[in-house]
Amino acid sequence: MTDPVTDPVTGPAHGGGTVLDVRDLRVRVDTARGTADIVNGLSYSVAAGETVAVVGESGSGKSVSVLALLGLLPGHARVSGTAAFRGRDLLAMSEAELRTVRGNGIGMVFQDPMTSLNPVLTVGRQLTEGLLAHGRAGGRKAARARAAELLADVGLPDPRGALDRYPHELSGGMRQRVVIAIALSGDPALLIADEATTALDVTVQAQILELVAGLQRERGTGVVWITHDLGVVAGTADRVLVMYGGRCVEDGSVDDVFEAPAHPYTRGLLGALPALHDEDGADGAPAERPDLVAIGGTPPPPTDLPPGCVFWPRCPVRGDERCATEQPPLVPVRGSGPVPHRAATFYGERLQQTEVGA
Amino acid sequence: MNGSGAQVRGVQQVRDPQDVLVRARGLQVHFPVRSTGLRRRRTGAVRAVDGVDLDVRRGEVLGLVGESGCGKSTLGNALLRLVEPTGGSVEFDGTDVTALDRRALRALRRRAVMVFQDPYASLDPRLTVGQTIAEPLQVHGLHPGAAARAARVAQLLELVGVDPAAASRYPHEFSGGQRQRVGIARALAGEPDFVVCDEAIASLDVSVQAQVLNLLRSLQRRLGLTLLFVSHDLAAVRHLSDRIAVMYLGRVVEVADAAELSRSPQHPYTQALLSAVPLPSPELERARERIVLTGDVPSAARVPSGCRFRTRCRHAFAPCPEVDPALQDVGGGHTAACHLHGVVGLEDPRAVRT
Repeated sequence: MTDPVTDPVTGPAHGGGTVLDVRDLRVRVDTARGTADIVNGLSYSVAAGETVAVVGESGSGKSVSVLALLGLLPGHARVSGTAAFRGRDLLAMSEAELRTVRGNGIGMVFQDPMTSLNPVLTVGRQLTEGLLAHGRAGGRKAARARAAELLADVGLPDPRGALDRYPHELSGGMRQRVVIAIALSGDPALLIADEATTALDVTVQAQILELVAGLQRERGTGVVWITHDLGVVAGTADRVLVMYGGRCVEDGSVDDVFEAPAHPYTRGLLGALPALHDEDGADGAPAERPDLVAIGGTPPPPTDLPPGCVFWPRCPVRGDERCATEQPPLVPVRGSGPVPHRAATFYGERLQQTEVGA
Repeated sequence: MNGSGAQVRGVQQVRDPQDVLVRARGLQVHFPVRSTGLRRRRTGAVRAVDGVDLDVRRGEVLGLVGESGCGKSTLGNALLRLVEPTGGSVEFDGTDVTALDRRALRALRRRAVMVFQDPYASLDPRLTVGQTIAEPLQVHGLHPGAAARAARVAQLLELVGVDPAAASRYPHEFSGGQRQRVGIARALAGEPDFVVCDEAIASLDVSVQAQVLNLLRSLQRRLGLTLLFVSHDLAAVRHLSDRIAVMYLGRVVEVADAAELSRSPQHPYTQALLSAVPLPSPELERARERIVLTGDVPSAARVPSGCRFRTRCRHAFAPCPEVDPALQDVGGGHTAACHLHGVVGLEDPRAVRT
């Protein structure tokens, strides 16, 4: 039994190196309306202690891409590619092997804590179940003590008392803390959070984000954070991957993607956000706010993706015929650091020279 | 103009700040809590709205923000008398709406309307979009005759940016953003003066949210609507609003001009709320000081004594558990309900920048 606590001399519990390496992940599903290409060739890696944010709107394929990694998609979904977790391909594992990895090597937190928690079991029962199943505690008593520790770690007041409570007796923020405690009970090397704070209020979200960042620093956990909220990304991620129509349209360090976005979709998303604070006008009073730059139209259905660039039908740049017929590859654009900044557009470098929203 | 700080911005016309369309005083909506068992005795109350004073000025956009359970939606409903207030008063254009009979209430329903969060749940799936929009016209006897109604429906669809030819289609054939446009068209059918938008953009994607925010803003200006924009999204509220009211646990704790509120929040809760909003800029995120509140919002069935925010307030001091602070002017029409204001020598709450 390894001690999950960080040793100050040897560093984080999970050491360095790549925790997850996804290559050319594809998910197809046959539907009544034809074949849906939900994820189309996604590649990324997550290093220990690193947070990679996967951003996209509904239907972009971001959630399906992680469900595919964990073997949680229904049987008729066709998944291809590789996903090496600490060197072993998740997509080639048997169900039994996957079950060991889920909850032991990989922790998961989903949007709605009520769907992750069993409403008729106490919090203590749900926490100890995993600890006992994965042999992480000697007996019931030890498991209970460990469960209380975990609840204390995630900042639940009165952790011992909480063990005997049912999920409905807790607030939304508290429930999500319990889900995080369960996810962390296996001392995972990788935490996957799918819209984990979306249903929470901003003040509670701030608590949860701080909690995860602290645990990550302490244990060197790699995190994949799936969200539609660009604010959450800016505050938590090291690297960002922007998804649209099942493809990665831009990736890079969080600074590069936010400060010099290259893909028209990323730029569109940033331009569509209302600002919280005002810029001062010439007379010192707040300047009149211009309209937001909305992206017209809606995303294409996965059963009917455009043959060229997936964003072309909504793209305000709309270069030429090439965009309509040829898929732009993910190519390097201007970036500032060691992490390559790439975008799947023919106009990246040119767009980077202008302001977002201009 | 009486010079008491009316903010005139951009193309908007000069307004008399005293011209109040909707006025709430001491407004209460308490829901009874009953014991289980046969007798179901009344054992307490959830104080969803608990003594709210609020003015909505004619022609303004008033943002109403707060977290889940703070009572903002109930307040919006109570102003339209879609829930019955249990205390206090609501005046709409000078008339007490809590005392209206059925007939007068119907007249109010034409002038004061609601746009709901989920356009899918609020549109009848068995009615075409045209029928849905025509319904309020029939109820209020407006544009009588099928041809006149159809013409009005087409006009309304055009107004919200939907192809009038779509009138014969059903809600499920529309995207979320289009459905919300239809919901707005229906709300505007009777040419209302006052529109409450209750989380009207919450279920939409970012790119579509921007479309609907732009639409609301342009409609409000073109039609001179008075808008109460209820939302948990502070940036969206800031974008759309002239003034913002902040709610916490059933009470309005701060009201100010929108730009002023985001720049210089005076209530410790507003400060924490603003500092918790994630900003889409890694640079700003690293630089900012975040006030992380501890604990949970107390239950509205057990409101703390004195100031209701004191259990989570980092500034709480002697008077807070004793005296319930009233909204008081902290300068230029900016009001906040906090004991820190008016006490000399304490840490200046204005020092916080979010």
